[in-house]
Amino acid sequence: MMRMLERIGHGVLVHVGEMGRMLIFVVSSFAWLLRPPLRVDQIVKQVHFIGYKSTFVVVLTAGFTGMVLALQGYYTLRKFGSEGLLGSAVALSMIRELGPVLAALMVTARAGSAMTAEIGIMRITEQIDALDTMAINPLQYLIAPKLVAGLIGVPLLVAIFDVVGIYGGHLVGVELLGVNAGSYWNSIESSVEWKDVYGGILKSISFGLIVSWVCCYKGFYTRMSAEGLGTATTEAVVLSSVLILVWDYFLTSVLL
Amino acid sequence: MIKLVGVKKTLGGQPVLQGVDLVIPPGKLTTIIGRSGEGKSVLLKHMIGLLQPDEGEVWVDGTEISRLKGQALNEVRKRFAMLFQGAALFDSLTVFENVAFPLREKLRMKGASVTTRVEEKLEQVGLAGMGHKYPAELSGGMRKRAGLARALVMQPEIILFDEPTTGLDPLMAKSIHDLITGMQRKFGFTGVMVSHEIPEIFGISDYVAMLKRGKIAAMAEPVEFQQTADPEIREFISVGGFVPPATASAIRQGVS
Repeated sequence: MMRMLERIGHGVLVHVGEMGRMLIFVVSSFAWLLRPPLRVDQIVKQVHFIGYKSTFVVVLTAGFTGMVLALQGYYTLRKFGSEGLLGSAVALSMIRELGPVLAALMVTARAGSAMTAEIGIMRITEQIDALDTMAINPLQYLIAPKLVAGLIGVPLLVAIFDVVGIYGGHLVGVELLGVNAGSYWNSIESSVEWKDVYGGILKSISFGLIVSWVCCYKGFYTRMSAEGLGTATTEAVVLSSVLILVWDYFLTSVLL
Repeated sequence: MIKLVGVKKTLGGQPVLQGVDLVIPPGKLTTIIGRSGEGKSVLLKHMIGLLQPDEGEVWVDGTEISRLKGQALNEVRKRFAMLFQGAALFDSLTVFENVAFPLREKLRMKGASVTTRVEEKLEQVGLAGMGHKYPAELSGGMRKRAGLARALVMQPEIILFDEPTTGLDPLMAKSIHDLITGMQRKFGFTGVMVSHEIPEIFGISDYVAMLKRGKIAAMAEPVEFQQTADPEIREFISVGGFVPPATASAIRQGVS
């Protein structure tokens, strides 16, 4: 009994310690961001990597998500004779939930894992130590630009995801299934409110932070082996994805 | 002058340094030898504040650095450069950009002055015309040379060399040794080198120290060091071969 309690206590302490370290990591990184020099070139480079280079996969995912939503929605709404609300169903689902969540998950899979691997390799090959020896703070040079890029890149990708998804719904609903184009767009206009868009933006910003924070942290503190790097990358993707879904639930419950 | 007083360090539950007392004379090349896993690289990392001792003090010219953090530690590190075992070049940058990195990031230098200084250093290490290549395109010896150019470009007062010739063929190892000693004679920096290259190090070092069971077992000028009565040290250095004092002196003259 005592041994079990000890184990539980040890596990709790380890996780609390890890959470504390993660918090110090992100707070220190943002604190370093406030000190000159402001590395605009690094931020732009990271926005290009996280944002622009994820565009294709986000557009692809968004298009098919909107299309399948329209397909499912159409046959469900038709039972109640409400096909005209298809646009509303697609748009609200995309803007409130699917856009932020799926775009963030795609960024985690494409850019987040790459960030962890890149930083992890830099750790293993002593490139991060080399920065330290040059009196350049790795949090300022390496991590802070990635955090800022996550905050900028993910909301922009979510916006693209929403628009492409709604057009994907239009393609299936209007062009293939014959829903009236006017009622599709009108239902969107009449049902989507500012608070829906605002909620989506808030979610996408927080998801952007979660992805870049977790993935940078896992890479930065990777164990010094190839196996350690693999584990860090897996943990980064799993933890980011789980946190996105958990945080989505809490944020939704507050926003509704 | 670098001075370590009673430095102790345990890593992963394993005591590595168990009370190291060591004085590194200024303007000289001191080589630290010892069996694999004795903690030589760990010792080197304490000198530049990459690792903090569990107990003991690390002094750099009157400043105790083991408890320094942030900007205060960076101020001390500005006097240092370090050549890592794997060179630790930034793999996303070309050789030129790697060497230019500290100039651009620390001194905020730009344009022709950077080009002049970087090309001069690349020429000194025998890498003229190789600036456009990426680290992955270089051989092990060339990477070490590029790392040396990056270490030298800021004209530091102290340079730490972590096994600069490991993994190189004897000719390449000799050329790296010649380069290090030649540069040390020319610029007069304080050099601390961790190496397994026995007997070559007796011909190039001003002082040799041996780390044994977590402590400095002996430190002396090469000739005196080789005449030690300690049977373990004698056994360790006799595997590589004895360099007669006259030969050692001749090698040093040849290098300079």
